[in-house]
This record gives sequence, C-alpha cells and structure tokens, in this order.
Amino acid sequence: MATRALHETFTRTAAAWGGRTAVVEPGRGEIDYAGLDGLAGRVRDRLVALGVRRGDRVGLYLPKSIDGVAAMLGILQAGAAYVPVDPGAPAPRCAYILQHCDVRLVVAEAGLADRVRPELDALGARPGWLVVEAPGGGHGLAAALDRLDAASPAPAAPVQYPAGDEVAYILYTSGSTGRPKGVTLSHENAVSFVDWCSATFVPTADDRFSSHAPFHFDLSILDVHVPLHHGARLVLISEESGKDAMHLASLIASQRISCWYSAPSILALLAQVGRLEEHDARSLRLVLFAGEVFAVKHLRALTARWPHPRYFNLYGPTETNVCTFHEVPLPVPDERTAPYPIGTVCSHLRARVVDDAGRDVDPGAEGELCISGRGVMLGYWAQPELDARAFLVGDDGTRWYRTGDIVVESAGVGYTYRGRRDRMVKRRGYRVELGEIEAGLYRHAQVREAAVIALADEEAGVRIRAFLAARGGARPSLIEMKRFCAANLPMYMIPDQFSWCDELPKTSTDKIDYQRLKALP
Amino acid sequence: MTDAIQSAVKEFIMTEFLPGEDPDELTPTTPLVTGGILDSIATMKLVLFMEERYGVRLEAHETDPEHLDTLVDIAALIRAKRG
Repeated sequence: MATRALHETFTRTAAAWGGRTAVVEPGRGEIDYAGLDGLAGRVRDRLVALGVRRGDRVGLYLPKSIDGVAAMLGILQAGAAYVPVDPGAPAPRCAYILQHCDVRLVVAEAGLADRVRPELDALGARPGWLVVEAPGGGHGLAAALDRLDAASPAPAAPVQYPAGDEVAYILYTSGSTGRPKGVTLSHENAVSFVDWCSATFVPTADDRFSSHAPFHFDLSILDVHVPLHHGARLVLISEESGKDAMHLASLIASQRISCWYSAPSILALLAQVGRLEEHDARSLRLVLFAGEVFAVKHLRALTARWPHPRYFNLYGPTETNVCTFHEVPLPVPDERTAPYPIGTVCSHLRARVVDDAGRDVDPGAEGELCISGRGVMLGYWAQPELDARAFLVGDDGTRWYRTGDIVVESAGVGYTYRGRRDRMVKRRGYRVELGEIEAGLYRHAQVREAAVIALADEEAGVRIRAFLAARGGARPSLIEMKRFCAANLPMYMIPDQFSWCDELPKTSTDKIDYQRLKALP
Repeated sequence: MTDAIQSAVKEFIMTEFLPGEDPDELTPTTPLVTGGILDSIATMKLVLFMEERYGVRLEAHETDPEHLDTLVDIAALIRAKRG
C-alpha cells in the first residue's frame, strides 16, 4: 500500500464534506470542514511566511480548542512535524521539550507564551512565535492571523505532502533520567494506525468522536485524525470538563457522541459518580479505552448501566500506538475479578514474546512483548543511546520495539498483561517513570535522598509513595512537598503519599533498597 | 473567626488527602488544586462530600480550580449555592 501523508485524506474529506460540521468545542463554537480547511491553510501560509520549512518541528502550545486542531493541520500542511506541549505542565518542562527538539516556531496561547519565553531564553532557544490571544472556537487563531495579514499578507504556500518516513509529530513521555523523551512518529506510523482504526471500527460521516485525551497524549491520534479521515464530527472535551466525571454523561448525551475513547480511570469515575441513569447515551456505539488496566468491578458497573455499545480494550505504548486489542464480551460476569486480556496484535503490526536474552519464549510462557511493523516509531528524538536500548534487531534486520511489558499468550484470547520489567507505571493513562519523580523531588533544597515506589490500588489503579530523607533537621510539611511537586512536575506525577525517614534503606552495594521500601508500613 | 463550613471541609480534606499533616499547615488560603493537594479524583470526592453534606448540586463550571482552590473559595461556593 502506498503511504500518504497524515493530512492528505483530510484535504479530500474537506472538499467532499465542506458544509458538514468537523469540530465542535462545546460552549465555544463549531467549525465545518470547509472552514477548518480554510483556517488550517491560513496557518500553513503564515508558518511558511515565518520561515517554517518541510522537516521542521513546530510547537503546539494551546489549550484544546478548534484553534489547536486547525494549527495542528496547518503545521502538517507546511510539511513540518507538530510537537504538542501540555498547557498544564510546569513551564521549565515545556521549555525543555521545545528546546530539545529545536522547534522552528511555537503556536502558543499568549499567557502560555509569556510563561515559557523566559525559560526558553535561559536555555538559549529563540524560536519564532505565532501567538494566539484567546483561543476558542477558532476565533482567537483567526484574529491572530488577521492581525498579521493586516500588517503583511502571507503569500499562498502549497500544501506539502511529506514521504512516509518523514516526521509527523513528536510526543514527549516521561523519561527515567528525569527528562522527558521525544517519541518520534512518522507519517507512515500515523497513517497505518488510522487505517487500522478505519478497518476495525468502520467509522462513517455520521459518527461523533470524543476527544477526551489531551493532544500531547497518544490517544489523541485516533481522536483527531480518524474522524477527520471520514467526514465525521470531532467533539473536543476541554481539560477541565474532561476531569469532571459528574458532568461527562450529560456531555455525551447532549453531543450524541457515538465513539468514546479515553483512559479507563475517567470511565471508572463515570461509573461511580457519573449519574448515568439521568442521561440518554443511546448514541454510543463504541467505548474504547487504553493506557492502563481497567479495574473489572468498575467496567462491570459501566457496562451494566450502558450495555448497548461495544467495548474495546486497546493496548500499546506511545512508541507503537495501539498494537493489540480485545473486544470485551458482555455481560461482564459477576464473579470475574481478573482484568481483561490486551488481546491480539493489530493487522498492521507483528508481535513476539522474548526472554531477557531476546530469545522467543515457548508458547504460554511469560516474556517481554516486542512489536514490529509500520506503526513502530522512528526512534527517540536526538537520543540514539535510548534507541539502541529500545529495539531488538532480529536476524533478518527487523527492528522490534521492546515494550517493557511482560505478557503471556494464550490460545483464543491472545496476550494478557502481567507487569513491567522496569520502573515505569501507568497513572490516569499517563506513563510515569518513577525516576523522573525522584529527579523532581531531588530538586527540593531540603531533600537529601528520595525514592519512589508504586503500589497497586483498586480504586486509583496505582498509588505513588515517596520516601524522603531531609537535609538537616527541618522536614518540609506534606503541603509544602505537594506544592513543590505541583510547581515542578505534571499533576499526574505528584506522589499520593510522602514518608520521611532519617535515612533510606540501602542494599549491600549502597543502592536504595526498593524491596525494603515496599515492605515499610 | 471560626467558619463552620470551612472547618468541616478542612476536616474532610485533612482526613482524606493529608493524613498525618499538621492541621495548622492547611490555612484558609492554601491552594488545594493548583497546589497539588487535590487531583482530579480527589476533587470529585470533595464535590461528592459537599453535595451530600450540604445538599447542594454543583454545575460543571463550578468544579474547576477557580471555585475550589481554597477553603475560602469552597465555603463561599457552598454558601452561594444554599442561597
């Protein structure tokens, strides 16, 4: 199959479905396909006028909005790769990301731009800016472009169609050394995934997709690009409403969403506090979840309340996007407690299970899941040493991405997830390297030693506990530590519990003894 | 001045989310959401507590940090809802 650029189908869809609604931003406005294509084209022209060229990276630093979707498409049309940055993350982390992948320009909300600019200056980075005063409904972006056009119109620039192996976007995920790492994905990676979704979920122009995940999260690739390939409607759920489980059911009902996709944690909350009985969710035909294990008792409650959609457990790291899937057979039996399998490998990928030495294990034995194929990332941006560790190269030269996930394969159901081989955990669907939290804690002036462990928790999925030893006598209060973390780490990385020790337990080789920490009360 | 609503909410937050912390550290203006004390799940639990205890019903826009970031904000919101 010939590879096309990620935005190539959108151009055709926009021509075919011009007057149909493309994106809705509840409470802020909506835009049809022709309008979205027009706005994206204006972004493309302006970016090119500002010096962006095919192969460049462009930061996307906007709250979730129609403006953000149009900017994303405009960046792609300019032949550049988009780098979505979490508007809620601390400015130093955002600046690191923008500087690390050497963005040519940042499309940013004004307040966010003000916050990150001094940090970028300090790093010696001087990207260009397309500043949007008040993003929302596409109006802020249009006004920003109007202002620039009034001063000097941007000449029309042709749509670029990068080759399959050129970079489409970079998603930064938690890195064990304390710095996020840039998962670099090509147009072919993205398109092969979108095509798999199309074949599996058969979207039509009548579908309405939720966009619950933020744009810097890999779930957003399905959310945004699948509906836009099919003339369907994308319903943006803002960061704030996305967390508000008590009101999500009314949003699903009022927007008549047909395909829902999110991490299980919000669905678990929806099942518990969502007042599902008060809202008509008959429009839902698909409920997709990914990013972490869905506790069976909450899945049972959700499916009992909403028995009509099909439920799919999608599994895959950012490096491959979804690579295995499993349709949950309904009803969920009362006696079941074991989580559902992650299922069988997607048709555009191949899977194998290996031991520590990289040899295939016997069928039915535990091992690390490795993935190859068109969906597997190009690598980590500017970190070849990480690439070398991430891939197992087969005898025939095939690159197999080592997921770090321990699985077991069984006949009929495919793969079942058993655990991790490293210190990465999933929280609210996000990847969290415990080492990155530790590195954050060490930045506190009073912290002499820090170690973080993850504990299984039926309610929250995973609970993060930090052990600290203070420099000198005074121990910062719990509130102070939480505030310090809030200023230095993304919210989903803030430990749930802090425990102070005089000294952390050590192994005979003087390393922190995590096993003993796990045994502490 | 002792504020009964603030005290009750403070007790709930101390017990649920800050076990072991010195109560004096949590002041009426300590930032709860932006200060990393209440994450999204904790905020939901707090909203459920407020709804059950005070018989109010919070709308979607009232569960954001603007309305729930401090004990002062929370008490004001509850008072406004009760009329």
